[in-house]
Amino acid sequence: MKTFKAYRLFVVLLFVLSLVTLWNQTMGWNAIQLTGKSMLDMLLLLPPILIFVSVLDTWLEKDALVKYMGKDAGLYGIVFALLLGTVAAGPLYIAFPISVILLRKGASLRYIVFFLGVWSTTKIHVVIFELTSFGPLFSFLRISFCLLFFYMMGVIFEKIYDRRPSLQRDMMKQHSEM
Amino acid sequence: MISGVILYSIAMILLILSWRKSVSRTKKVVQNAWSMFAKIMPDVMSIMLLVGLSLSVFTPSFLSSVIGEQSGWIGVVTSTIIGSIALIPSFIVFPLGDTLVENGAGLPQVAAFMSSLMAVGIFTLPLERKTFGNSFAYARNAAAIFMCLLFSLLIWVVMV
Repeated sequence: MKTFKAYRLFVVLLFVLSLVTLWNQTMGWNAIQLTGKSMLDMLLLLPPILIFVSVLDTWLEKDALVKYMGKDAGLYGIVFALLLGTVAAGPLYIAFPISVILLRKGASLRYIVFFLGVWSTTKIHVVIFELTSFGPLFSFLRISFCLLFFYMMGVIFEKIYDRRPSLQRDMMKQHSEM
Repeated sequence: MISGVILYSIAMILLILSWRKSVSRTKKVVQNAWSMFAKIMPDVMSIMLLVGLSLSVFTPSFLSSVIGEQSGWIGVVTSTIIGSIALIPSFIVFPLGDTLVENGAGLPQVAAFMSSLMAVGIFTLPLERKTFGNSFAYARNAAAIFMCLLFSLLIWVVMV
């Protein structure tokens, strides 16, 4: 039953896919091929990232991280989140388990929210393509606006969650279940 | 492909270093990684299925017709909704956006579409809720949607 619940969304989407295939065979077949291809990509991408996360979890000292991403990290925190989010590859949901580890090791929520924002804003290979097709003005506007927005969002989120300790406890509980 | 090689090399080096320091802790590292893998698998499978569906259903010609240059703010809202639902790998986002503009989609609409593709994930919400808890996951996505709309407005004012 629990397994079924976990795969509920998958089953629903499978149903949608079969409907699409019935309605338009080329489109459905195309979707099946694309799904297979991205599943292969993901199965290749996930193991090293999970190993990385798990190594961080086991070996990273709490004090070291607090210095770079803790509440009083200041500029360090911004630079660290920028570096981490820019260099890493992969879709946003890969950043979730990484954030959880960082939070558990004492990173401040402000830098984690900023890190998630950076992850979805500046990816080197993505930005290079953006520059050639949309021009430098577009890139400049997008990157500066998004980074500013996400940093402010981090500040606000930190304030909200600090005032509501029950929520933070809830988050911590979620972490330990991971 | 190259990023895959780099990722695997980093993981291997980390594992070897960890193994030299402590064998038992390294075993735990691998066990932990495996249990995380098993836990997120159901969500990842549905996410992948959605990637396939998104890429085949939301074709450039279909999208350009919905969010054309004359579509105005309704087009901005529509493209934000589609971008929040669809899941497209990040390296395809800008090439797709480029094709959309060439096919007659408006720049503010495409801007909203691209930024919501990257920052908002309705279908990755189950995964996000499991990691961060409900309130954080909803709040982050809501704020990101707000950001996409603001960014689209910015592009509209400055570049159109």
